[in-house]
Amino acid sequence: MISKDEILHVATLANLKLQDNEVDSFVSQLDKIVGMESKLSSVDTTGIEPTYNMGDTNSVFREDKGVRTQTREQMLENVPETDNNLIKVPTIVDKEDDE
Amino acid sequence: MDIKKETIASLHEKLANKEVTAEELADQAITKINANEKKLNTFITVNDKAPEAAKKIDDEGIKGPLSGIPIAFKDNIVTNGIKTTAASKILYNFMPVYSATVLEKLEAAGAIDIGKTNLDEFAMGSSTETSFFGTTVNPWDFSRVPGGSSGGSAAAVAAGEVVAALGTDTGGSIRQPAAFNGVFGIKPTYGRVSRWGIIAFSSSMDQVGVLSKRVEDSAAVLSVMAGHDEHDSTSSEKEVPDYRANLNKDMHGVKIAVPKEFWHEGTHPEVLKSVNEALDAYKKMGATVEEVSLPTLKHAVEVYYVLASSEASSNLQRYDGVRYGFRADDVKNIKDLFVKSRSEGFGDEVKRRIMLGTFALSAGAYDAYFKKAAQVRTIFINELTKVLNDYDLIMGPSTTTPAFKIGEKVDDPLAMYMNDILTIPANLAGLPAASVPAGLADGMPVGLQIIGKPFAEQEVFNAAYALQEENKFYEKVPTALKGED
Repeated sequence: MISKDEILHVATLANLKLQDNEVDSFVSQLDKIVGMESKLSSVDTTGIEPTYNMGDTNSVFREDKGVRTQTREQMLENVPETDNNLIKVPTIVDKEDDE
Repeated sequence: MDIKKETIASLHEKLANKEVTAEELADQAITKINANEKKLNTFITVNDKAPEAAKKIDDEGIKGPLSGIPIAFKDNIVTNGIKTTAASKILYNFMPVYSATVLEKLEAAGAIDIGKTNLDEFAMGSSTETSFFGTTVNPWDFSRVPGGSSGGSAAAVAAGEVVAALGTDTGGSIRQPAAFNGVFGIKPTYGRVSRWGIIAFSSSMDQVGVLSKRVEDSAAVLSVMAGHDEHDSTSSEKEVPDYRANLNKDMHGVKIAVPKEFWHEGTHPEVLKSVNEALDAYKKMGATVEEVSLPTLKHAVEVYYVLASSEASSNLQRYDGVRYGFRADDVKNIKDLFVKSRSEGFGDEVKRRIMLGTFALSAGAYDAYFKKAAQVRTIFINELTKVLNDYDLIMGPSTTTPAFKIGEKVDDPLAMYMNDILTIPANLAGLPAASVPAGLADGMPVGLQIIGKPFAEQEVFNAAYALQEENKFYEKVPTALKGED
Protein backbone atom coordinates (compact mmCIF):
# COMPACT_ATOMS: atom_id res chain seq x y z
CA MET A 1 0.00 0.00 0.00
CA ILE A 2 1.25 3.44 -0.84
CA SER A 3 0.47 6.19 1.67
CA LYS A 4 -0.53 9.79 1.20
CA ASP A 5 2.80 10.89 2.70
CA GLU A 6 4.71 8.76 0.21
CA ILE A 7 2.76 10.29 -2.69
CA LEU A 8 3.48 13.80 -1.44
CA HIS A 9 7.16 12.90 -1.08
CA VAL A 10 7.29 11.50 -4.63
CA ALA A 11 5.60 14.66 -5.93
CA THR A 12 8.31 16.75 -4.27
CA LEU A 13 11.02 14.61 -5.89
CA ALA A 14 9.33 15.11 -9.27
CA ASN A 15 9.05 18.89 -8.86
CA LEU A 16 5.26 18.67 -8.88
CA LYS A 17 2.79 20.16 -6.45
CA LEU A 18 -0.60 18.52 -6.20
CA GLN A 19 -3.63 20.66 -5.36
CA ASP A 20 -5.31 19.77 -2.04
CA ASN A 21 -8.45 18.66 -3.87
CA GLU A 22 -6.55 16.29 -6.19
CA VAL A 23 -4.31 14.57 -3.64
CA ASP A 24 -6.87 11.94 -2.64
CA SER A 25 -7.67 10.83 -6.18
CA PHE A 26 -3.94 10.64 -7.03
CA VAL A 27 -3.34 8.55 -3.91
CA SER A 28 -6.10 6.05 -4.69
CA GLN A 29 -5.22 5.77 -8.41
CA LEU A 30 -1.49 5.40 -7.83
CA ASP A 31 -2.13 2.91 -5.06
CA LYS A 32 -4.10 0.71 -7.47
CA ILE A 33 -1.46 0.98 -10.19
CA VAL A 34 1.46 0.30 -7.84
CA GLY A 35 -0.56 -2.61 -6.46
CA MET A 36 -0.79 -4.02 -9.99
CA GLU A 37 2.95 -3.48 -10.52
CA SER A 38 3.72 -5.26 -7.24
CA LYS A 39 2.66 -8.55 -8.80
CA LEU A 40 6.14 -8.59 -10.34
CA SER A 41 7.43 -9.80 -6.98
CA SER A 42 5.93 -13.23 -7.72
CA VAL A 43 8.38 -13.78 -10.63
CA ASP A 44 11.62 -15.58 -9.78
CA THR A 45 14.39 -13.41 -11.21
CA THR A 46 17.36 -15.03 -9.48
CA GLY A 47 20.42 -14.66 -11.68
CA ILE A 48 18.54 -12.80 -14.45
CA GLU A 49 20.29 -9.78 -15.97
CA PRO A 50 18.08 -6.69 -16.22
CA THR A 51 17.37 -5.22 -19.68
CA TYR A 52 17.79 -1.46 -19.37
CA ASN A 53 18.67 -0.65 -22.97
CA MET A 54 17.59 -2.02 -26.30
CA GLY A 55 19.38 -2.65 -29.54
CA ASP A 56 23.07 -2.36 -30.05
CA THR A 57 24.48 -0.94 -26.83
CA ASN A 58 28.02 -0.49 -28.13
CA SER A 59 29.34 3.00 -27.61
CA VAL A 60 29.26 5.12 -30.71
CA PHE A 61 32.24 7.38 -31.30
CA ARG A 62 32.65 10.44 -33.46
CA GLU A 63 35.44 12.88 -34.02
CA ASP A 64 35.62 15.60 -31.39
CA LYS A 65 34.92 18.36 -33.86
CA GLY A 66 32.53 21.26 -33.57
CA VAL A 67 29.64 21.53 -36.01
CA ARG A 68 27.37 24.49 -36.62
CA THR A 69 23.73 23.81 -35.81
CA GLN A 70 21.43 26.52 -34.49
CA THR A 71 22.46 30.12 -33.97
CA ARG A 72 22.24 31.81 -30.58
CA GLU A 73 19.21 33.78 -31.80
CA GLN A 74 17.43 30.60 -32.90
CA MET A 75 18.15 28.91 -29.61
CA LEU A 76 16.66 31.85 -27.74
CA GLU A 77 13.52 32.03 -29.90
CA ASN A 78 11.47 29.86 -27.57
CA VAL A 79 12.76 31.26 -24.29
CA PRO A 80 9.86 32.81 -22.36
CA GLU A 81 11.98 35.68 -21.00
CA THR A 82 15.33 36.95 -22.23
CA ASP A 83 17.56 39.86 -21.31
CA ASN A 84 20.56 40.93 -23.38
CA ASN A 85 20.56 37.64 -25.33
CA LEU A 86 20.55 35.65 -22.09
CA ILE A 87 17.86 33.48 -20.53
CA LYS A 88 16.19 35.36 -17.69
CA VAL A 89 14.94 33.44 -14.65
CA PRO A 90 13.68 34.51 -11.22
CA THR A 91 15.92 34.70 -8.14
CA ILE A 92 18.03 31.59 -7.76
CA VAL A 93 19.08 32.19 -4.16
CA ASP A 94 16.38 33.48 -1.84
CA LYS A 95 17.31 36.57 0.12
CA GLU A 96 16.33 34.79 3.33
CA ASP A 97 18.91 32.09 2.52
CA ASP A 98 21.66 34.73 2.40
CA GLU A 99 20.92 36.15 5.80
CA MET B 1 -10.93 13.36 -55.58
CA ASP B 2 -11.73 10.83 -52.85
CA ILE B 3 -8.41 10.16 -51.10
CA LYS B 4 -9.96 7.09 -49.45
CA LYS B 5 -9.90 5.40 -52.86
CA GLU B 6 -6.35 6.48 -53.73
CA THR B 7 -2.92 5.06 -52.96
CA ILE B 8 0.47 6.73 -53.04
CA ALA B 9 1.10 4.92 -56.34
CA SER B 10 -2.21 6.08 -57.90
CA LEU B 11 -1.60 9.67 -56.75
CA HIS B 12 1.94 9.51 -58.08
CA GLU B 13 0.64 8.40 -61.46
CA LYS B 14 -1.87 11.28 -61.56
CA LEU B 15 0.87 13.74 -60.57
CA ALA B 16 3.29 12.35 -63.15
CA ASN B 17 0.60 12.52 -65.87
CA LYS B 18 -0.30 16.06 -64.79
CA GLU B 19 -3.93 15.10 -64.10
CA VAL B 20 -3.48 16.88 -60.81
CA THR B 21 -0.76 19.12 -59.34
CA ALA B 22 0.89 18.72 -55.96
CA GLU B 23 -0.46 22.16 -55.05
CA GLU B 24 -4.02 21.01 -55.83
CA LEU B 25 -3.51 17.89 -53.71
CA ALA B 26 -2.30 20.00 -50.78
CA ASP B 27 -5.19 22.46 -51.19
CA GLN B 28 -7.71 19.61 -51.32
CA ALA B 29 -6.24 17.99 -48.23
CA ILE B 30 -6.45 21.24 -46.27
CA THR B 31 -10.02 21.88 -47.42
CA LYS B 32 -11.02 18.35 -46.39
CA ILE B 33 -9.27 18.62 -43.02
CA ASN B 34 -10.88 21.98 -42.28
CA ALA B 35 -14.32 20.66 -43.26
CA ASN B 36 -13.92 17.66 -40.93
CA GLU B 37 -12.14 19.41 -38.11
CA LYS B 38 -15.16 20.45 -36.02
CA LYS B 39 -16.41 16.89 -35.69
CA LEU B 40 -13.22 14.79 -35.85
CA ASN B 41 -10.50 17.06 -34.37
CA THR B 42 -7.76 15.03 -36.04
CA PHE B 43 -5.24 17.88 -36.32
CA ILE B 44 -3.68 20.25 -33.81
CA THR B 45 -2.03 22.41 -36.48
CA VAL B 46 -2.70 22.47 -40.22
CA ASN B 47 0.36 23.53 -42.21
CA ASP B 48 -0.82 26.59 -44.17
CA LYS B 49 2.50 26.65 -45.98
CA ALA B 50 1.88 23.19 -47.49
CA PRO B 51 0.44 24.45 -50.83
CA GLU B 52 3.46 26.73 -51.23
CA ALA B 53 5.85 23.81 -50.62
CA ALA B 54 3.80 21.70 -53.02
CA LYS B 55 3.98 24.37 -55.70
CA LYS B 56 7.77 24.23 -55.44
CA ILE B 57 7.60 20.48 -56.07
CA ASP B 58 5.38 21.13 -59.12
CA ASP B 59 7.88 23.66 -60.42
CA GLU B 60 10.82 21.31 -59.95
CA GLY B 61 8.94 18.41 -61.50
CA ILE B 62 7.52 15.23 -59.92
CA LYS B 63 10.37 12.84 -59.22
CA GLY B 64 10.30 9.93 -56.75
CA PRO B 65 7.28 7.98 -55.49
CA LEU B 66 6.54 10.39 -52.59
CA SER B 67 7.06 13.56 -54.59
CA GLY B 68 4.09 15.88 -54.01
CA ILE B 69 2.22 13.45 -51.72
CA PRO B 70 0.65 15.10 -48.63
CA ILE B 71 1.53 13.27 -45.40
CA ALA B 72 0.46 14.08 -41.82
CA PHE B 73 2.80 14.02 -38.83
CA LYS B 74 1.92 13.22 -35.24
CA ASP B 75 2.46 16.34 -33.16
CA ASN B 76 5.31 14.85 -31.14
CA ILE B 77 7.53 14.97 -34.24
CA VAL B 78 9.33 18.29 -34.28
CA THR B 79 8.92 20.41 -37.40
CA ASN B 80 11.03 23.47 -38.07
CA GLY B 81 8.81 26.55 -38.05
CA ILE B 82 5.57 24.64 -37.35
CA LYS B 83 4.23 24.55 -33.80
CA THR B 84 4.92 21.20 -32.10
CA THR B 85 3.05 20.62 -28.85
CA ALA B 86 3.00 16.89 -27.96
CA ALA B 87 -0.65 17.82 -27.16
CA SER B 88 0.54 19.39 -23.90
CA LYS B 89 -0.08 22.79 -22.37
CA ILE B 90 3.60 22.82 -21.39
CA LEU B 91 4.54 23.00 -25.10
CA TYR B 92 1.45 24.90 -26.31
CA ASN B 93 3.60 27.60 -27.97
CA PHE B 94 6.72 25.61 -28.86
CA MET B 95 8.13 26.49 -32.28
CA PRO B 96 10.98 24.13 -33.17
CA VAL B 97 14.11 25.51 -34.82
CA TYR B 98 15.00 22.19 -36.44
CA SER B 99 13.15 19.20 -37.88
CA ALA B 100 13.08 15.53 -36.98
CA THR B 101 15.16 13.29 -39.25
CA VAL B 102 12.03 11.44 -40.43
CA LEU B 103 10.50 14.71 -41.60
CA GLU B 104 13.71 15.83 -43.30
CA LYS B 105 14.02 12.52 -45.14
CA LEU B 106 10.39 12.56 -46.29
CA GLU B 107 10.58 16.20 -47.36
CA ALA B 108 13.82 15.50 -49.22
CA ALA B 109 11.84 12.83 -51.09
CA GLY B 110 9.26 15.49 -52.01
CA ALA B 111 6.53 14.59 -49.48
CA ILE B 112 4.42 17.51 -48.25
CA ASP B 113 3.92 18.02 -44.51
CA ILE B 114 0.20 18.79 -44.39
CA GLY B 115 0.07 19.30 -40.64
CA LYS B 116 0.34 17.92 -37.13
CA THR B 117 -2.09 15.37 -35.78
CA ASN B 118 -3.64 15.06 -32.35
CA LEU B 119 -2.39 12.58 -29.73
CA ASP B 120 -2.61 11.79 -26.07
CA GLU B 121 -0.47 14.26 -24.13
CA PHE B 122 3.18 13.23 -24.62
CA ALA B 123 1.83 10.05 -26.29
CA MET B 124 0.70 8.78 -22.88
CA GLY B 125 -2.68 7.21 -23.39
CA SER B 126 -4.80 4.87 -25.45
CA SER B 127 -7.69 7.13 -26.44
CA THR B 128 -6.45 10.65 -27.41
CA GLU B 129 -8.59 11.88 -24.50
CA THR B 130 -5.59 13.22 -22.57
CA SER B 131 -4.77 15.77 -25.31
CA PHE B 132 -4.72 19.39 -24.09
CA PHE B 133 -6.45 20.20 -27.40
CA GLY B 134 -9.46 17.94 -26.85
CA THR B 135 -10.15 14.39 -27.94
CA THR B 136 -10.26 13.16 -31.52
CA VAL B 137 -13.35 11.10 -32.35
CA ASN B 138 -13.59 7.86 -34.28
CA PRO B 139 -14.78 8.26 -37.93
CA TRP B 140 -16.69 4.97 -37.60
CA ASP B 141 -18.74 6.21 -34.63
CA PHE B 142 -18.40 9.73 -33.28
CA SER B 143 -19.25 8.57 -29.75
CA ARG B 144 -16.17 6.36 -29.64
CA VAL B 145 -12.46 7.04 -29.15
CA PRO B 146 -10.06 6.71 -32.08
CA GLY B 147 -7.59 4.98 -29.79
CA GLY B 148 -4.22 6.38 -28.97
CA SER B 149 -1.88 7.75 -28.68
CA SER B 150 -1.63 8.23 -32.48
CA GLY B 151 -5.43 8.69 -32.63
CA GLY B 152 -5.29 11.82 -34.79
CA SER B 153 -3.09 10.13 -37.39
CA ALA B 154 -5.29 7.02 -37.51
CA ALA B 155 -8.56 8.96 -37.79
CA ALA B 156 -7.07 11.30 -40.43
CA VAL B 157 -6.18 8.29 -42.57
CA ALA B 158 -9.54 6.55 -42.00
CA ALA B 159 -11.41 9.74 -42.92
CA GLY B 160 -9.44 10.10 -46.16
CA GLU B 161 -7.77 13.35 -45.16
CA VAL B 162 -4.37 11.89 -46.05
CA VAL B 163 -3.16 8.62 -47.60
CA ALA B 164 -0.54 8.17 -44.90
CA ALA B 165 0.37 9.64 -41.54
CA LEU B 166 3.31 9.17 -39.21
CA GLY B 167 2.80 7.96 -35.68
CA THR B 168 4.94 6.83 -32.78
CA ASP B 169 4.51 3.63 -30.81
CA THR B 170 5.84 3.06 -27.29
CA GLY B 171 3.30 0.50 -26.05
CA GLY B 172 0.90 0.17 -28.98
CA SER B 173 0.28 3.78 -29.96
CA ILE B 174 0.29 3.04 -33.70
CA ARG B 175 -1.25 -0.45 -33.75
CA GLN B 176 -4.15 0.14 -31.35
CA PRO B 177 -5.50 3.26 -33.13
CA ALA B 178 -4.90 1.55 -36.50
CA ALA B 179 -7.08 -1.34 -35.28
CA PHE B 180 -9.77 1.01 -33.90
CA ASN B 181 -10.00 2.98 -37.17
CA GLY B 182 -9.80 0.11 -39.66
CA VAL B 183 -6.45 1.11 -41.13
CA PHE B 184 -3.01 -0.45 -41.36
CA GLY B 185 -0.25 0.66 -38.99
CA ILE B 186 3.31 -0.53 -38.45
CA LYS B 187 5.77 -0.05 -35.61
CA PRO B 188 9.16 -0.97 -37.03
CA THR B 189 11.99 -2.70 -35.15
CA TYR B 190 13.66 -0.68 -32.40
CA GLY B 191 16.51 1.07 -34.21
CA ARG B 192 15.00 0.85 -37.70
CA VAL B 193 13.97 4.54 -37.77
CA SER B 194 15.81 7.52 -36.28
CA ARG B 195 14.20 9.16 -33.25
CA TRP B 196 16.12 12.43 -33.70
CA GLY B 197 13.50 15.12 -33.23
CA ILE B 198 10.88 12.84 -31.70
CA ILE B 199 9.70 14.16 -28.33
CA ALA B 200 10.99 11.43 -26.01
CA PHE B 201 8.66 9.38 -23.82
CA SER B 202 10.29 6.01 -23.10
CA SER B 203 13.64 5.84 -24.86
CA SER B 204 14.09 2.06 -24.68
CA MET B 205 10.75 1.54 -26.43
CA ASP B 206 9.78 4.62 -28.53
CA GLN B 207 9.75 4.03 -32.27
CA VAL B 208 8.39 5.97 -35.26
CA GLY B 209 6.11 4.26 -37.75
CA VAL B 210 3.41 4.77 -40.36
CA LEU B 211 -0.37 4.46 -40.66
CA SER B 212 -2.13 4.18 -44.01
CA LYS B 213 -5.26 2.72 -45.50
CA ARG B 214 -3.20 0.32 -47.60
CA VAL B 215 -0.21 -1.80 -46.64
CA GLU B 216 1.75 -0.78 -49.75
CA ASP B 217 1.61 2.91 -48.77
CA SER B 218 3.19 2.35 -45.36
CA ALA B 219 5.79 0.18 -47.08
CA ALA B 220 6.62 3.05 -49.46
CA VAL B 221 6.91 5.60 -46.65
CA LEU B 222 8.95 3.38 -44.32
CA SER B 223 11.55 2.65 -47.01
CA VAL B 224 12.20 6.38 -47.31
CA MET B 225 12.32 7.27 -43.63
CA ALA B 226 14.17 4.25 -42.20
CA GLY B 227 17.93 3.92 -41.85
CA HIS B 228 20.92 5.06 -39.85
CA ASP B 229 21.16 8.61 -38.57
CA GLU B 230 24.32 9.95 -36.97
CA HIS B 231 22.12 12.02 -34.66
CA ASP B 232 20.58 8.88 -33.12
CA SER B 233 23.13 6.35 -31.96
CA THR B 234 20.38 3.74 -31.43
CA SER B 235 19.52 3.79 -35.15
CA SER B 236 20.73 0.74 -37.04
CA GLU B 237 23.17 0.72 -39.92
CA LYS B 238 21.38 -2.25 -41.51
CA GLU B 239 20.44 -1.64 -45.11
CA VAL B 240 16.83 -0.58 -45.79
CA PRO B 241 15.02 -2.69 -48.40
CA ASP B 242 12.46 -1.32 -50.85
CA TYR B 243 9.55 -2.78 -48.89
CA ARG B 244 6.89 -1.87 -51.44
CA ALA B 245 8.74 -3.25 -54.47
CA ASN B 246 9.41 -6.48 -52.55
CA LEU B 247 5.79 -7.04 -51.41
CA ASN B 248 4.90 -10.69 -51.84
CA LYS B 249 1.59 -12.17 -50.75
CA ASP B 250 2.66 -15.80 -51.12
CA MET B 251 2.17 -17.33 -47.68
CA HIS B 252 3.21 -20.89 -48.56
CA GLY B 253 5.47 -22.34 -45.91
CA VAL B 254 5.19 -19.32 -43.58
CA LYS B 255 5.11 -20.50 -39.97
CA ILE B 256 2.72 -18.55 -37.75
CA ALA B 257 2.73 -18.84 -33.96
CA VAL B 258 -0.40 -17.95 -32.03
CA PRO B 259 0.24 -17.45 -28.28
CA LYS B 260 -2.64 -18.95 -26.35
CA GLU B 261 -2.31 -16.12 -23.79
CA PHE B 262 -3.32 -13.65 -26.54
CA TRP B 263 -6.72 -15.28 -26.30
CA HIS B 264 -7.34 -13.22 -23.20
CA GLU B 265 -10.44 -14.08 -21.19
CA GLY B 266 -11.70 -10.50 -21.42
CA THR B 267 -11.41 -10.36 -25.20
CA HIS B 268 -14.56 -9.44 -27.10
CA PRO B 269 -15.94 -12.60 -28.80
CA GLU B 270 -16.43 -10.84 -32.15
CA VAL B 271 -12.82 -9.65 -32.07
CA LEU B 272 -11.75 -13.26 -31.64
CA LYS B 273 -14.09 -14.34 -34.43
CA SER B 274 -12.53 -11.89 -36.91
CA VAL B 275 -9.02 -12.87 -35.86
CA ASN B 276 -9.80 -16.58 -36.18
CA GLU B 277 -11.21 -15.98 -39.66
CA ALA B 278 -7.99 -14.21 -40.61
CA LEU B 279 -5.92 -17.13 -39.30
CA ASP B 280 -8.07 -19.54 -41.31
CA ALA B 281 -7.42 -17.40 -44.37
CA TYR B 282 -3.67 -17.74 -43.81
CA LYS B 283 -4.02 -21.52 -43.54
CA LYS B 284 -5.87 -21.58 -46.84
CA MET B 285 -3.06 -19.52 -48.33
CA GLY B 286 -0.56 -22.21 -47.37
CA ALA B 287 0.77 -20.98 -44.03
CA THR B 288 0.96 -23.17 -40.94
CA VAL B 289 -0.67 -21.87 -37.77
CA GLU B 290 0.30 -23.36 -34.41
CA GLU B 291 -0.42 -22.53 -30.81
CA VAL B 292 2.48 -21.51 -28.56
CA SER B 293 2.74 -20.19 -25.01
CA LEU B 294 4.12 -16.94 -23.59
CA PRO B 295 3.66 -17.55 -19.87
CA THR B 296 5.17 -14.21 -18.84
CA LEU B 297 2.66 -12.21 -20.92
CA LYS B 298 0.57 -11.87 -17.76
CA HIS B 299 3.29 -9.63 -16.32
CA ALA B 300 3.83 -7.54 -19.48
CA VAL B 301 1.59 -4.64 -18.40
CA GLU B 302 3.34 -4.51 -15.02
CA VAL B 303 6.80 -4.46 -16.62
CA TYR B 304 5.75 -1.85 -19.15
CA TYR B 305 4.20 0.60 -16.73
CA VAL B 306 7.20 0.46 -14.39
CA LEU B 307 9.80 0.90 -17.14
CA ALA B 308 7.96 3.30 -19.46
CA SER B 309 6.96 5.53 -16.53
CA SER B 310 10.48 5.51 -15.10
CA GLU B 311 11.97 6.53 -18.44
CA ALA B 312 9.24 9.14 -18.86
CA SER B 313 9.91 10.67 -15.44
CA SER B 314 13.52 11.09 -16.48
CA ASN B 315 12.81 12.32 -20.03
CA LEU B 316 10.23 14.85 -18.83
CA GLN B 317 12.55 16.48 -16.31
CA ARG B 318 13.62 18.86 -19.08
CA TYR B 319 10.27 20.68 -18.98
CA ASP B 320 10.93 23.36 -16.40
CA GLY B 321 9.63 26.60 -17.91
CA VAL B 322 13.12 28.01 -18.44
CA ARG B 323 14.14 27.55 -22.09
CA TYR B 324 10.89 26.89 -23.98
CA GLY B 325 7.22 26.20 -23.53
CA PHE B 326 4.85 27.26 -20.80
CA ARG B 327 6.23 29.35 -17.92
CA ALA B 328 4.09 29.96 -14.82
CA ASP B 329 3.53 33.49 -13.49
CA ASP B 330 3.85 34.79 -9.94
CA VAL B 331 6.81 32.76 -8.84
CA LYS B 332 9.08 33.57 -5.91
CA ASN B 333 12.26 31.82 -7.01
CA ILE B 334 13.64 29.36 -9.54
CA LYS B 335 12.48 26.24 -7.68
CA ASP B 336 8.99 27.69 -7.53
CA LEU B 337 9.22 28.37 -11.28
CA PHE B 338 10.01 24.69 -11.98
CA VAL B 339 7.27 23.36 -9.71
CA LYS B 340 4.53 25.78 -10.82
CA SER B 341 5.35 25.51 -14.55
CA ARG B 342 5.27 21.72 -14.37
CA SER B 343 2.21 21.48 -12.12
CA GLU B 344 0.20 23.88 -14.30
CA GLY B 345 1.68 22.68 -17.61
CA PHE B 346 1.27 18.90 -17.37
CA GLY B 347 -2.11 17.17 -17.45
CA ASP B 348 -3.19 14.54 -14.91
CA GLU B 349 -2.15 11.46 -16.89
CA VAL B 350 1.35 12.82 -17.49
CA LYS B 351 1.65 13.68 -13.79
CA ARG B 352 0.55 10.14 -12.89
CA ARG B 353 3.22 8.63 -15.13
CA ILE B 354 5.92 10.95 -13.82
CA MET B 355 4.91 10.08 -10.24
CA LEU B 356 4.84 6.33 -10.98
CA GLY B 357 8.28 6.54 -12.55
CA THR B 358 9.74 8.74 -9.85
CA PHE B 359 8.40 6.27 -7.29
CA ALA B 360 9.85 3.22 -9.10
CA LEU B 361 13.26 4.92 -9.30
CA SER B 362 13.27 6.27 -5.74
CA ALA B 363 15.48 4.94 -2.97
CA GLY B 364 13.76 1.96 -1.37
CA ALA B 365 11.63 1.13 -4.44
CA TYR B 366 14.35 0.86 -7.10
CA ASP B 367 15.21 -2.82 -6.62
CA ALA B 368 11.65 -4.04 -6.12
CA TYR B 369 10.21 -2.10 -9.07
CA PHE B 370 12.65 -0.69 -11.62
CA LYS B 371 15.31 -3.39 -11.48
CA LYS B 372 12.74 -6.16 -11.00
CA ALA B 373 10.75 -5.01 -14.04
CA ALA B 374 13.94 -4.86 -16.12
CA GLN B 375 14.73 -8.45 -15.10
CA VAL B 376 11.23 -9.69 -15.95
CA ARG B 377 11.63 -7.88 -19.28
CA THR B 378 14.67 -10.09 -19.97
CA ILE B 379 12.64 -13.23 -19.19
CA PHE B 380 9.85 -12.09 -21.50
CA ILE B 381 12.24 -11.17 -24.32
CA ASN B 382 13.76 -14.66 -24.04
CA GLU B 383 10.30 -16.23 -24.35
CA LEU B 384 9.55 -14.21 -27.49
CA THR B 385 12.99 -14.95 -28.98
CA LYS B 386 12.46 -18.66 -28.43
CA VAL B 387 9.12 -18.57 -30.25
CA LEU B 388 10.63 -16.57 -33.12
CA ASN B 389 13.46 -19.10 -33.46
CA ASP B 390 10.85 -21.66 -34.46
CA TYR B 391 8.31 -19.46 -36.26
CA ASP B 392 8.36 -16.61 -38.79
CA LEU B 393 5.57 -14.54 -37.31
CA ILE B 394 3.49 -14.23 -34.15
CA MET B 395 -0.16 -13.33 -34.64
CA GLY B 396 -3.16 -12.48 -32.51
CA PRO B 397 -5.64 -9.68 -31.93
CA SER B 398 -4.23 -6.12 -31.78
CA THR B 399 -6.70 -5.16 -29.05
CA THR B 400 -9.03 -6.96 -26.67
CA THR B 401 -12.07 -4.92 -27.75
CA PRO B 402 -13.10 -2.62 -30.59
CA ALA B 403 -13.00 1.15 -29.91
CA PHE B 404 -14.60 2.01 -26.59
CA LYS B 405 -16.85 4.95 -25.78
CA ILE B 406 -15.42 8.40 -25.14
CA GLY B 407 -15.29 8.91 -21.37
CA GLU B 408 -15.75 5.21 -20.61
CA LYS B 409 -12.28 4.63 -19.13
CA VAL B 410 -10.89 8.10 -18.67
CA ASP B 411 -11.34 8.06 -14.87
CA ASP B 412 -9.97 4.55 -14.45
CA PRO B 413 -6.28 4.61 -15.40
CA LEU B 414 -5.78 0.95 -14.54
CA ALA B 415 -8.53 -0.18 -16.94
CA MET B 416 -6.99 2.10 -19.58
CA TYR B 417 -3.54 0.54 -19.02
CA MET B 418 -4.88 -3.00 -19.37
CA ASN B 419 -5.91 -2.09 -22.95
CA ASP B 420 -2.26 -2.31 -23.93
CA ILE B 421 -1.58 -5.93 -22.97
CA LEU B 422 -1.51 -7.26 -26.54
CA THR B 423 0.61 -4.50 -28.07
CA ILE B 424 3.20 -4.07 -25.27
CA PRO B 425 5.17 -7.29 -26.02
CA ALA B 426 6.60 -5.96 -29.30
CA ASN B 427 7.83 -2.81 -27.55
CA LEU B 428 9.38 -4.65 -24.62
CA ALA B 429 11.35 -6.81 -27.07
CA GLY B 430 11.91 -4.14 -29.76
CA LEU B 431 10.22 -6.28 -32.43
CA PRO B 432 8.52 -5.03 -35.62
CA ALA B 433 4.74 -5.30 -35.36
CA ALA B 434 1.74 -4.19 -37.36
CA SER B 435 -2.03 -4.12 -37.16
CA VAL B 436 -4.00 -4.91 -40.29
CA PRO B 437 -7.81 -4.71 -40.56
CA ALA B 438 -9.38 -8.15 -40.07
CA GLY B 439 -13.11 -7.45 -39.94
CA LEU B 440 -15.80 -5.81 -37.84
CA ALA B 441 -17.09 -6.36 -34.31
CA ASP B 442 -20.34 -4.58 -33.41
CA GLY B 443 -19.83 -2.57 -36.58
CA MET B 444 -16.41 -1.36 -35.44
CA PRO B 445 -13.08 -2.36 -37.00
CA VAL B 446 -10.91 -5.15 -35.62
CA GLY B 447 -7.16 -5.42 -36.14
CA LEU B 448 -5.02 -8.52 -36.57
CA GLN B 449 -1.60 -8.05 -35.02
CA ILE B 450 1.45 -9.41 -36.83
CA ILE B 451 4.78 -9.49 -34.96
CA GLY B 452 8.02 -10.36 -36.75
CA LYS B 453 11.67 -11.09 -36.04
CA PRO B 454 14.00 -8.12 -35.54
CA PHE B 455 14.35 -6.19 -38.84
CA ALA B 456 11.90 -8.54 -40.61
CA GLU B 457 9.57 -5.67 -41.55
CA GLN B 458 9.29 -7.16 -45.05
CA GLU B 459 7.75 -10.39 -43.72
CA VAL B 460 5.31 -8.36 -41.60
CA PHE B 461 4.32 -6.24 -44.62
CA ASN B 462 3.97 -9.35 -46.78
CA ALA B 463 1.61 -11.10 -44.37
CA ALA B 464 -0.46 -7.94 -43.91
CA TYR B 465 -0.60 -7.48 -47.68
CA ALA B 466 -1.77 -11.07 -48.16
CA LEU B 467 -4.70 -10.52 -45.78
CA GLN B 468 -5.49 -7.11 -47.27
CA GLU B 469 -5.72 -8.59 -50.77
CA GLU B 470 -7.95 -11.33 -49.38
CA ASN B 471 -10.47 -9.25 -47.39
CA LYS B 472 -10.16 -5.89 -49.22
CA PHE B 473 -11.17 -4.11 -46.03
CA TYR B 474 -9.94 -0.81 -47.52
CA GLU B 475 -13.08 -0.71 -49.65
CA LYS B 476 -15.20 -0.11 -46.54
CA VAL B 477 -16.13 3.47 -45.72
CA PRO B 478 -16.18 4.46 -42.02
CA THR B 479 -19.82 4.23 -40.94
CA ALA B 480 -20.21 7.71 -39.51
CA LEU B 481 -18.80 9.26 -42.71
CA LYS B 482 -21.06 7.39 -45.14
CA GLY B 483 -22.81 9.53 -47.73
CA GLU B 484 -20.41 12.42 -47.22
CA ASP B 485 -18.33 12.39 -50.36
